[in-house]
Amino acid sequence: MADQADFASQAMDYMPSLYSAAMRMTRNPSDAEDLVQETYLKAYRAFGRFQEGTNLKAWLYKILTNTFINTYRARKRRPEISDVEDVEDLYLYHRLGGGAATGLGRSAEEEALDRFTDDEVKTAIESLPESFRIAVLLADVEGFSYKEIAEIVDVPIGTVMSRLHRGRRALQKALAEYGAERGLVDVHPG
Amino acid sequence: MSDGAFGGDGADEEPEVADCEETVHRLYHFLDGELTEDRRLAIRAHLDDCGPCVDVLGFEAELRRVVADRCRDRVPDHLRDRVARLIDHERVVSGGLPD
Repeated sequence: MADQADFASQAMDYMPSLYSAAMRMTRNPSDAEDLVQETYLKAYRAFGRFQEGTNLKAWLYKILTNTFINTYRARKRRPEISDVEDVEDLYLYHRLGGGAATGLGRSAEEEALDRFTDDEVKTAIESLPESFRIAVLLADVEGFSYKEIAEIVDVPIGTVMSRLHRGRRALQKALAEYGAERGLVDVHPG
Repeated sequence: MSDGAFGGDGADEEPEVADCEETVHRLYHFLDGELTEDRRLAIRAHLDDCGPCVDVLGFEAELRRVVADRCRDRVPDHLRDRVARLIDHERVVSGGLPD
């Protein structure tokens, strides 16, 4: 059992990553701030039930994710990329010219990745349908394992893997579109 | 070499080597650290020998790094203060009540 007096010293350090995740989930600073605030309040009140020695970051993310899904789910206003049927393996790699030549050190397509701006990457993540977006955020930004994500989102591991698979394809498609607009990407490779 | 270590059927004991198709197919599970040790080693062995797959893996790993790095937002100071005050307040309120 965790002591509430220890809450601030243990939980506050996670605010930057919780706030960043809240920004991607809600897609605006005002909702993100409310979501983080509500997460901390709920976490503080429930901290007595937190099992000390288990994963505090995953526990906080579970509260964040549940609060987001229950409170903000109804408010989506943006077009989302959900059709990934036409997105083949290594979609972005091929569009950035990958496979043309192999050499030593960083390749041209890796250099091209660096030219994406923060805003482009954030907007690409935010364009994903909610369940895919949460899976990609938890895995690729926060580094949670499939099992941890399954516990945070409360779905079977197979569902996590399928959402990640589709979410990552949709992310590559979105990045390829921004890249094409800026001439970084070959729209019709080969 | 471990030939003969298990009664002569050493061929079964050789670590299997993945091909390009399996490597691309399991690329994300490999990067996620979610493969069995057996398949992880098989893909590792393939990567020792296949430049194009090393290139692909390097790209996907770099994409992962770029996505994680670019998705950080600075916490506004007023949010940090607000949450700290809220928790202080909650402590005072709940501390004043008997169980």
